[in-house]
This record gives sequence, C-alpha cells and structure tokens, in this order.
Amino acid sequence: MTLASPPVRPDSAATTTLLDFRDVAMTFPNGTTALSGIDLTVDRGEFVTVVGPSGCGKSTLLRIASGLETASEGTAEVHTDRIGYVFQDATLLPWRDVQSNVELLAELNWQPKRVRLPKAKAAIDLVGLTGFEKHLPRQLSGGMKMRTSLARSLTLDPELFLFDEPFGALDEITRERLNDELIRLFCEQQFAGLFITHSVSEAVYLSTKVVVMSGRPGRVVDTVEVPFPMPRDPEVRYTPEFGKLVGQVSHALREGHS
Amino acid sequence: MSATTENVGSGSIQAGGATQAGALAAPSRPAPRPARRTSGFGRAARLVGPPLAVLVVILGIWYFISGVVLASQGIEYLLPMPHEIFTEGYFKGTVFADIMVALMRTTGVALAGLAIAIVIGVAWAVCMSLARWVERSTYAYAVILQCIPILALVPLIGFWFGFDFTARMIVCVMIALFPMVSNTLFGLQSVEKSQRELFQLQKASRWVVLTKLTMPAALPAIFAGMRISAGLSVIGAIVGDYFFRRGEPGIGALISNYQSRLQSPELFAAIIAACLLGVVIFLIFGWIAKAAVGRWYEAAK
Repeated sequence: MTLASPPVRPDSAATTTLLDFRDVAMTFPNGTTALSGIDLTVDRGEFVTVVGPSGCGKSTLLRIASGLETASEGTAEVHTDRIGYVFQDATLLPWRDVQSNVELLAELNWQPKRVRLPKAKAAIDLVGLTGFEKHLPRQLSGGMKMRTSLARSLTLDPELFLFDEPFGALDEITRERLNDELIRLFCEQQFAGLFITHSVSEAVYLSTKVVVMSGRPGRVVDTVEVPFPMPRDPEVRYTPEFGKLVGQVSHALREGHS
Repeated sequence: MSATTENVGSGSIQAGGATQAGALAAPSRPAPRPARRTSGFGRAARLVGPPLAVLVVILGIWYFISGVVLASQGIEYLLPMPHEIFTEGYFKGTVFADIMVALMRTTGVALAGLAIAIVIGVAWAVCMSLARWVERSTYAYAVILQCIPILALVPLIGFWFGFDFTARMIVCVMIALFPMVSNTLFGLQSVEKSQRELFQLQKASRWVVLTKLTMPAALPAIFAGMRISAGLSVIGAIVGDYFFRRGEPGIGALISNYQSRLQSPELFAAIIAACLLGVVIFLIFGWIAKAAVGRWYEAAK
C-alpha cells in the first residue's frame, strides 16, 4: 500500500529509526511538568515498552508521538505517517457493528467501499474475529472489543503502532492471550511498537526493549534490552532469565520512584 | 399485657415454621425455577393488575363522592358519575364527533409545533456544540425561555401573530423547545474524549466528526428530548386553544365551552380524551426511539 505523503517528511524508506525523541519535555499550561529530558528511539523491528508509575507521563509520551500533543521542549520526530494508535479503552462506536467499526479509519480517509471492505475483512481475520462481523460492541466481551480496536488500527497498515495500556482493564487470562496475539501480529505485520503499561511482566514478555520511567516529572531511569527470540515462547515467563529481567525492571522502577 | 405475650408466642411459632419450610425446600432448590417461568397471560396480569386495582379504588371513591356526598346536596353536576362520561359523552354521536374533530386539530397543532421545536432545538444545539461562543452567548436565553411563565406571554403572542393556528403553534414551540435544546446539547457533549481523538488522529473535519460521531452518539438523548417535548407540545396546543379561538380551535376550546355550559359529563369526556392524546403521543415517540436506537442503546429498551 502506498500513500501520498507530504513532501516535508524525510525519506521514510531510508531511515531505520521510526521515532526519535531528543530531550523532550512537556509542561502543561497549568504548570504541571509531565515529562523532562526524554531521549527515546524506536527502530524498525523493535517493540519498545514503557513502564512507569501512574501519572508519570507515559501516556503523554504517546500523545506527543501521535501528534495529539506537541512537546513544549526538545525535538520529537516521527518518520512515518502510517501510525496506529490503540487507546486504553476500545473506543468503538456502539451503533456500528464490528465490520463497520473496523472500516471506520479507512472511511475517515475517504477510501472507497471496495478498498476498505477487503481490508477490514483481512484485519478481522488477523485478530481472530471472523464470524463476529455483524456483532455490536455491547454483544462483545472486553477482550473481543480490544481485538476489534486492534483490527481497526491494523487497517491503516501501520509502520509504527502506539499502544496506550490497551490491556489494563482485562483479566489476566485474556491479557496473556492478547499478549501472544500481539506478538504474532508484530512478527507477521512487521510494525514497530511503542507500548505503555504498568505491568512489569507484561513489559518484559512483550518487548525487545523496556524503558523504565520515574515518577513525575517522568524521566527515563533505565533501559533494559530483552534478548529472548521472537515470537516468544509462553514458557519463557517461567525461566530464571525472565525472572532476573523482571527483577531488574522492578528494581529500576523502585529506584526511580524514591 | 397478655395480648403482647400472645403476639410474641405466635411470632416465634411463625418463625419456627418458616425455618422448617426453608430446611425442607433447601435440597430441592432448582425445582422452583421452572415454576417462575410464567405464561404470557400471567405476565400480562402482573403488569396490568396493580394499576387496575388502583383504578378500581379510584372509581369506588369517585362513585361515593358524586353518588353519595354530592348527590345528597343536589350538586352532583360538579362531578358526574364515571359511567355518565360514557353515556352522556363518548356514546353520544355528536359529542363523540365533536371531541374527535377537536382532538385531530389539537394533534395537528401539537405536531406542527413539535416539528418546528425539534428542528430549531437540534440546529441550535448543534451550533452551540460546534462553536463555544454560541453556547456562551445564547444558552442562558434557552434557560430563560424555559423559566418564563408561558401564560404571561400568551396574550403577547396573540397581539403579534393573530389568534389562530400560527399563534397556537408558536405556544407549542415555546413550551417544547427547551427540552430539545438541552437534551441535544447534552447528547452531543456526551462523546468520550478518546473517541474524539480517534477522529482527530485521522484529521477528520468538523462536519465528519458531527455526522459520524457526535450526532449518532446524541440520538438517544435527542429521542428522550422528543418524548418530553411531545407531551409538552400537546399541553401547549391545549393552552393555545384557550386564548386563540379564531380559525379552528381544538380540544382546549371544546373543554372551555363545556365548562362554561356546565356540561360536566362532556367536559370530563373531553379532558380524558386530551389526557389519552398525551399518553398516545408519548408512547409513539417511545416506540420511535426504540426502533431508531434500541438496537445499540440499551437504556432505550
């Protein structure tokens, strides 16, 4: 899929870095400093997870990356315009069924029905919701709503996928299953991911790199590379190496908080 | 003293009986389940039974007052017996025809006024939701409009717009407008921030956000407003009849005529017909709301 991109964008094919934050700070008009001195990169093939205590500005980071907010200091560059964004809640439109909820973003980009229909079908298939096309959001479980939300973003064929604590409201079993699905999608669809969470084990399990943030104002206190191969074997959770990494991230979190 | 001990005694026996029954029922708990599934008739009886019982009580008191209390003083015309409303009212061809024709005219005025109130109310609320300054500068007047005692304004409306259909319709619009404005605005503003941002991320225009997000989201609230406004519009049409008698006045004028001629059975028949009109319009709009948004909006059920 090729999209006409604005001429100001750098040649996206040449760069391997999709997101490049240098010394980004965010101070809101009411004087709250949410972020300070953030350096963060997300390259192609990377799945970066940001963990931090509540209210440390993790979400603000994502909102800057998506363009919903503008950083008050530093440079925040995103070298693609195919950005997927998954909100904390599924944000489905209750009057649309799964099929037309998934079609929504393509519809908002004025793509004709014959283009968006197969695209939505493929995305629904990818998240395993085939057969539920005609269901309304109120007929779906929390996990299925989130899958619909994922499918909706997948129709954009994103190069950079931003996730704002998408599985925070789900139960443990659903959450683990969706984590595995997300890893599968990451491997198949070749997007780079930036994932916000406050679950340390989720962060280590999902990502190639974990960024640990401090409490407000949010700073990066540690970056931990996760060496396990992709796609992840669910059993990796119970290895000593996994436990050691979880320990390291938790430790950094505690250090940053005090 | 002895009565108290007796009560205590019987109370303890009852309590003992209850625990015994409970202990017996416990092992076969699933059994009562199928019994709970009542037939359509049983459900209908439970739905209609209580209001029917209240109606019977009201009719009983009514017959007592008009048949015994008022009749003994020879002033039973103040409150006719319930059956006289039918024998002197609905079952008399001319009276029934008068009431029906008047009711139709009232319905016409009320629906015309309601339609205008819906169009103005929704348009006004949409403008307020699109531009903050419109809300800031005009919402206060919507509230004031609601607070004005309509009866004080009605004579003025007659001066300005004459004393026939137009004036009656304007009374309906004034009385029905505020619920439309406030409900629509509430509905348009009920959209979650993240849903707005979803559209913002795709650089959707205001028009697209309105037609694909805020307007559909507001529909349940708009229909709730319509239901309230419909009832108010019927009241407005009847009030209008009292003041504006030119042209073809409706049920309000008929009520007023019966009242001045002390035709109390006919008067009651007309009043009850006017009430039923309000109920029917309320039910119709409830049904429309359910048909339109009941599929996805749970509270509409």
